[in-house]
Amino acid sequence: MKKIEAIIKPFKVEEVKDALAEIGLEGMTVTEVKGFGRQKGHTEIYRGSEYTVDFLPKIKLEIVLPDTRVDAAVKAIIGAAKTGKIGDGKIFLFDVHEAIRIRTEESGEKAI
Amino acid sequence: MRTTGTLIHEHKLERSCVFLLLLFLVALCGVSRVRAGDASTAVAAGTNAMAAATNAPAPPQQPDSVAYPPGANAGNEQDFTWPVPAKTMDNLGMTNAPTPLYAKPTMDEMIQNEAHNKVSINIVWTLVTGFLVMFMQAGFALVETGLCRAKNAAHVMAMNFMIYGLGMLGFWICGFAIMFGGYYNGPVAIGWQPSLGQGLALLNVEHGITIGDIKWGFMGGAGFFLNPSVFDTSIFCLFLFQMVFMDTTATIPTGAMAERWNFKNFIIYGFWVGMFPYAFFGNWVWGGGWLAQLGQTMGLGHGHVDFAGSSVVHMCGGMIALSGAAVLGPRLGKFGPDGKARPIPGHNLVYVMLGTFILAFGWFGFNPGSTLAGTDNRIAIIAVNTMLASASGALAACLMMYFKFGKPDPSMMCNGMLAGLVAITAPCAFVSSWGAVLIGLVAGTLVVYSVFFIEGKLKVDDPVGAISVHGACGAWGVLSLGLFANGTYGAGWNGVHKLIKGGEVMRILNDGPASIAKYNEMTGSGPTGGWTDMGVTGALGKLFHGPMNDWSQFGAQCCGTLTCFVFVAGFAYVWFKFSNLVFPIRSVKDDEMEGLDVPEMGAECYPDYHLTDKSSPRVG
Repeated sequence: MKKIEAIIKPFKVEEVKDALAEIGLEGMTVTEVKGFGRQKGHTEIYRGSEYTVDFLPKIKLEIVLPDTRVDAAVKAIIGAAKTGKIGDGKIFLFDVHEAIRIRTEESGEKAI
Repeated sequence: MRTTGTLIHEHKLERSCVFLLLLFLVALCGVSRVRAGDASTAVAAGTNAMAAATNAPAPPQQPDSVAYPPGANAGNEQDFTWPVPAKTMDNLGMTNAPTPLYAKPTMDEMIQNEAHNKVSINIVWTLVTGFLVMFMQAGFALVETGLCRAKNAAHVMAMNFMIYGLGMLGFWICGFAIMFGGYYNGPVAIGWQPSLGQGLALLNVEHGITIGDIKWGFMGGAGFFLNPSVFDTSIFCLFLFQMVFMDTTATIPTGAMAERWNFKNFIIYGFWVGMFPYAFFGNWVWGGGWLAQLGQTMGLGHGHVDFAGSSVVHMCGGMIALSGAAVLGPRLGKFGPDGKARPIPGHNLVYVMLGTFILAFGWFGFNPGSTLAGTDNRIAIIAVNTMLASASGALAACLMMYFKFGKPDPSMMCNGMLAGLVAITAPCAFVSSWGAVLIGLVAGTLVVYSVFFIEGKLKVDDPVGAISVHGACGAWGVLSLGLFANGTYGAGWNGVHKLIKGGEVMRILNDGPASIAKYNEMTGSGPTGGWTDMGVTGALGKLFHGPMNDWSQFGAQCCGTLTCFVFVAGFAYVWFKFSNLVFPIRSVKDDEMEGLDVPEMGAECYPDYHLTDKSSPRVG
């Protein structure tokens, strides 16, 4: 099992969700987060003084899925979230060594 | 976390504070008794109006005047100063219940009904516009809270909430008496009658300083605690209207001093502001005091003219805010080690813009209500001028920010609209629509530069721009009156009549029967008549189709502005330094970093949200 953690632009979350649903992925967790990367934030003027908006709003999307479906999922996320401009976000992959469904206590891939 | 020991200590302090306050109230009660005595003897010795009212053959048969005293003086033939508009007289006898509806009323009854109606219209108008001004408290609360950080939201709201009642009680204790205790003795136009009824004649104690043969009015002395000697509908109506104006002044500094003002110090401030600074300056301008007398005594136009309070209300609030913010010092982290200002963005622009709209709405009470008369049809011109200046003020600030920074800062647009409203407050009744638009444009531009100046040069931290909006643009408002007033309104204002005929100007002061006879002769149709009574006229009056340019009016406006700056800012500085010894004015540093909501208020404003506090700059 793998966990995909994708940081994407907030206004892309619906498109990414639909793209993942199209390839048959049924669950995900999203969190509203703030952060910055290589380009840092941007500067704005508030009442005449310049200030830097360091932390930009992003959506963190987490999906746990069988190894066999990872490539398709990553492709779907990239396809939906890409604008080609800076700030499109990143995708991280992790190994998951166990998953348990609390209601039935099933474990492993059955629990996802 | 505080220890139990300090908690107990604080409770003791609070108890002693309450005790001191009670002592103070009792002492003032004593003072007011003495003053009330003064007032009643003065009434007995003085005013013809009261005598006429009490000697009237039959008491007026109106529902609010059956029981003496409130309302007994609310209408008689003296109030009947304009012709009856009604064509059919058959329906006018409605107060004679047993007689048939078609019975013709006597002339006396008609006069009484008409006079009562006029006073009633004026009282209803003044009360309703006063209610609108009261609602401006909500506008101020939203603007100020929106421009502050979420961690202080409950604290800023609580100050805006409590100032309403604190200031009101202060104004009831002595503010109203100091401001309007001598209202009836002020300089007025020939033929003037109090619009809210003859009961205002009870406000006739003015203490002054006599220099040469001129008595300069300094403070009123009737109406402490609205005591029984002033128990009258007209006076209670005036109290309500003026109280909400005072509350506007009182709530301006809560914005400039937000996010770092200790709440206990704020509470004693609330009483002080309702009792003294506004009341004194207000007496000098509106209560018949020395600034209003400048026209009669020094020949400066019509004296200091401020229709609805650019100086009395707004500049006064702005000056208290300036001193307060200077004494308090900037919020932690506001200025970096290099001395450069760092922005601390507000947490909710929706509040800010909604609050601004509420204020703009309330201003339709503020300015048109200041006629104290719904029967003064000038209210239409005042209302239109008010909204025009608000529009041009917002536009000017918006464009300024576009030109300077490429984006129109929404908080600055709001400041611009309020700047226009503050500036038009003094001249609203006296200028043309072009004058109003111009006044707003200048105010909207001025407020932007003033914000930069106060923050960048004076290094005074004003989170909401209150000093610029109310102080700087309030000053511009009264000065603009001295420039743009076009002579179409305010004839005889502050007891000065400027008569004009073929380019020649004559001044007649309302100071006795001789001058009244002279006035009647000159404005009559006889061989020496034909003079026109001119309203308040500014230095550039001709530019706005006025009859002349009168620089002396501008001189009077400068005197008023300078006095407001010196007296109010100075008095406030002394007060804040003094009150700092009673309760430290500045919140504890750790509390300020954490946000004042929990340490000082004991309540979070947004308990269900996780606050990141990302707007707070690094401290140090």
